[in-house]
Amino acid sequence: MAFTLNVNGKTHTVDVPGEMPLLWVLRDKIGMMGTKFGCGVGSCGACTVQIDGEVARGCLTPVSSAVGKRIMTIEGVGETPVGQAVQKAWLDVDVLQCGYCQAGQIVAATTLLSKTPKPTDAQIDTAMSGNACRCATYKRIRAAIKTAAGLPAADTREV
Amino acid sequence: MSVDIFERSQPKPANADIDQSRRTFLKVSAAAGGGFMLALSTACATVGDATDGAVAGAAEPTPAAPPLDLNAFVAISPSGAIRIMAKNPEIGQGIKTMLPMLIAEELDADWSKVQIEQADADRARYDFQIAGGSFATPNHWVPHRQVGAAARSMLMQAAAQSWGVPVDELSTGPSVVLHKASGKSATYGELAEAAAMIPAPDKAAMAKLALKDPKTYRIIGKDVKNWDSPRIVRGEPIFGIDTVVPGMKYAALEKCPVFAGKVVSANVDEIKALPGVTDCFIVRGQTDNLMGLLDGVAILADDWWTAKEARKKLKVVWDEGATAAQSTNSLAARARELAAAKPETWLAPRGAEDGAGEKAAAAAQARLNDAAQVVEASYSYPFLAHAPLEPQNCTAHVKDDGSIEIWAPTQNPAQGIGMVTAATGVAADKITVHMVRCGGGFGRRLSNDYMVEAAAISKQAGNIPVKLVWTREDDIQHDPYRPGGWHHFKAGLDKAGKFTALTNHFISFGENGRTAPSANMSPEEFPHGYIPAAAYGQSLMPIGIPTGPLRAPVSNAVSFCYQSFLDEVALAAGKDPLDLRLELLSGPMADANEPGAGKEGFSAKRMSAVLKELRARSGWDNRASLPKGVGMGCAFYFSHRGHFAHVAKVKVEQNGNWRVHKVWVVADVGAHIINPTNAHNQCEGSVIDGIGEMMQQITYEKGRAVQSNFFDMPLIRMNQAPEIDVHFLITDYAPTGLGEPALPPTLPAVANAIFAATGKRIRDLPVNNADLRWA
Repeated sequence: MAFTLNVNGKTHTVDVPGEMPLLWVLRDKIGMMGTKFGCGVGSCGACTVQIDGEVARGCLTPVSSAVGKRIMTIEGVGETPVGQAVQKAWLDVDVLQCGYCQAGQIVAATTLLSKTPKPTDAQIDTAMSGNACRCATYKRIRAAIKTAAGLPAADTREV
Repeated sequence: MSVDIFERSQPKPANADIDQSRRTFLKVSAAAGGGFMLALSTACATVGDATDGAVAGAAEPTPAAPPLDLNAFVAISPSGAIRIMAKNPEIGQGIKTMLPMLIAEELDADWSKVQIEQADADRARYDFQIAGGSFATPNHWVPHRQVGAAARSMLMQAAAQSWGVPVDELSTGPSVVLHKASGKSATYGELAEAAAMIPAPDKAAMAKLALKDPKTYRIIGKDVKNWDSPRIVRGEPIFGIDTVVPGMKYAALEKCPVFAGKVVSANVDEIKALPGVTDCFIVRGQTDNLMGLLDGVAILADDWWTAKEARKKLKVVWDEGATAAQSTNSLAARARELAAAKPETWLAPRGAEDGAGEKAAAAAQARLNDAAQVVEASYSYPFLAHAPLEPQNCTAHVKDDGSIEIWAPTQNPAQGIGMVTAATGVAADKITVHMVRCGGGFGRRLSNDYMVEAAAISKQAGNIPVKLVWTREDDIQHDPYRPGGWHHFKAGLDKAGKFTALTNHFISFGENGRTAPSANMSPEEFPHGYIPAAAYGQSLMPIGIPTGPLRAPVSNAVSFCYQSFLDEVALAAGKDPLDLRLELLSGPMADANEPGAGKEGFSAKRMSAVLKELRARSGWDNRASLPKGVGMGCAFYFSHRGHFAHVAKVKVEQNGNWRVHKVWVVADVGAHIINPTNAHNQCEGSVIDGIGEMMQQITYEKGRAVQSNFFDMPLIRMNQAPEIDVHFLITDYAPTGLGEPALPPTLPAVANAIFAATGKRIRDLPVNNADLRWA
């Protein structure tokens, strides 16, 4: 069945079963590999995309449910000032180790800062806890989000 | 769309300029009689890793390493662009950035002109290419700098010839050769073609090349950011799983949930008829081992999701084999039986005389008999899965011309090539492996089972390119697991509270006295050699579960038991746990062991210095002022040539919820922190990884893993990660690696802190099995 998707402002039409997850439509049908497969059950956040401004897990989103909505992937993050600030902070803080989860982390962080420009550490924890980093670069992810927000990078949680 | 933030650091994907220069280089070299060969046989992997057989076996040096081709590492184009090849697999340890820094430093390169490229697997050019054992730093520290120095000397000779001046009047600046007397200068790009005519130094000359005074380093010791970051933050397709080859099919592979079970039959014709499925067949295993090419059923489709979904309709009759009744409970019951009996063997250091273990055991037992106080405790830890975030995958194309091309996220391509040869009959020199960036490794990708599977499927499908992708469930249920284990300790204290004897009965896995992979322990585990008598016995049970090295293998488990029990001994002796450690590290026995008679150069003096710095940085001596429910614990551990000690501060709520608030790390890894930003990142990640391991377990029922995905094998999350303070002591020793050694002290430091906070001793992992509530 044919579905027309709006991905990063561009239109893509795909002929796939309606229940095929957006993750696999992006990767195997449209050829956009930035969104990553990690668990397939919405548990790790590697496939995080933004749909109509909200965080969504691409592995749990049937393509049929994404029709008519604005989909933003890691490939489109740099098209907004907030996304650019997040990408730049990721480089400045030198966040990544293997880097595999970081597409999802960056989309989640960009979504957080789009809604909450100056998040607290508690708000960062809540917004980011759906995104696992197996290399455990969490200290730097937190610092990068705060840097992108123009906040002091230090962790203000109880020590 | 603005991309200006990337301009400075963004590598060009396929640089025509460099390619052109390489051709020039090679052409000129040939004209000069192939004079561009460097007789550099110091390659790598000269240090064995006694802590883990699997890694050490893979990394042992060959007696006659081939000479290395300078073109294999460095190419300089007439424009001045410098391409440096990264020879080892990148798994997130930062080696793709760090190894080229060593070459660039001694080349005296302008780093802004450097472009890093990942090398393919190529034994002839690069000798061992492996991500394991934290070997890369110690094994490349000298050879890689010599490569840079050799290239620099050739550029200087080219300038000397051109200007008619003696080479010793020349110096270099960033990518430029200078002649101070005449004021002449030439860039590396201007000299590149002439330098290609200069004969490369031979082995003897290489060793004599002057290396820089470290005080003049411009690249080593400076923060150099992860080379691939700009591409990753834009979502470019650079991981193994992103590989696309024209005409490829996507594959899923169903294997027996009981390890190495065999296919009796499967409804392949039914599966083939499903929409979108292009093929389905039974893959026959080619090994009696638990890892490698095992029996399974492959499904091919035009996209991976369709292949994976078709597995739901698959009906396979399995022969589950001999281990189908095995469970975590049955293994634990057998461990209890073994613990009740005498150890099968008493461990002795390699090369010790016959009966040395028994003799040590008798001496330790005699001291226990005489002890004023005996402290006794048993520790255990579970099996763990590696779970790198990028699921196992490989793209392979067995071609009609008898060659194979493979794109694999692998830590150890040579092992994979060996298996592919065994499975396909194609000789190693006809197999090309592109070492695609790995989305994590942690030791999992030292085993290349997914590589041989992809090659076998490609061949059986009729020599078409195939991308095999595992599900997360495949990954967690078919892992070379970190084996569980049990340690039963007895410690003797004399009337003065002095620690005089230690015995341990270690219950582990293996057969006929040989431990399963990563199920061993060192006969010289600390405090062996630092107290009057220590003896470690071992009893093994057979296991039908694949095991293998997980980041800091053996150390990641043994550290928890030994450094937690040391805390118990300290408290029984009425001593500050950090004081007892310093006492053991500074007595006459410690002096006798210097400089590092223990495994791999363990030095009590270096560790003492680390502990003293840790005491000051962490405020250890002020911990009495902490409120109830908050505690600090310390631990040290030496692994992978690194001396590390941590203090953890943990808060346990009255309801038993706990969180590590802060971890202080002090380390001695030698004279240089080559890339500080990454060194800190590795330590921070290792600490959090270690805390995460304290919350995980893999259990077995009916011969199969119970856990299957991150909802029952949870990964540690951001809200659970502590603040971390990392500090390196700079010493005179050659620098060593950082992928692993910061992990092992984490677990006992946290467990000891939980005890300090609650009075509850964690002797069995995972922690969450314990009731930590307090009133």
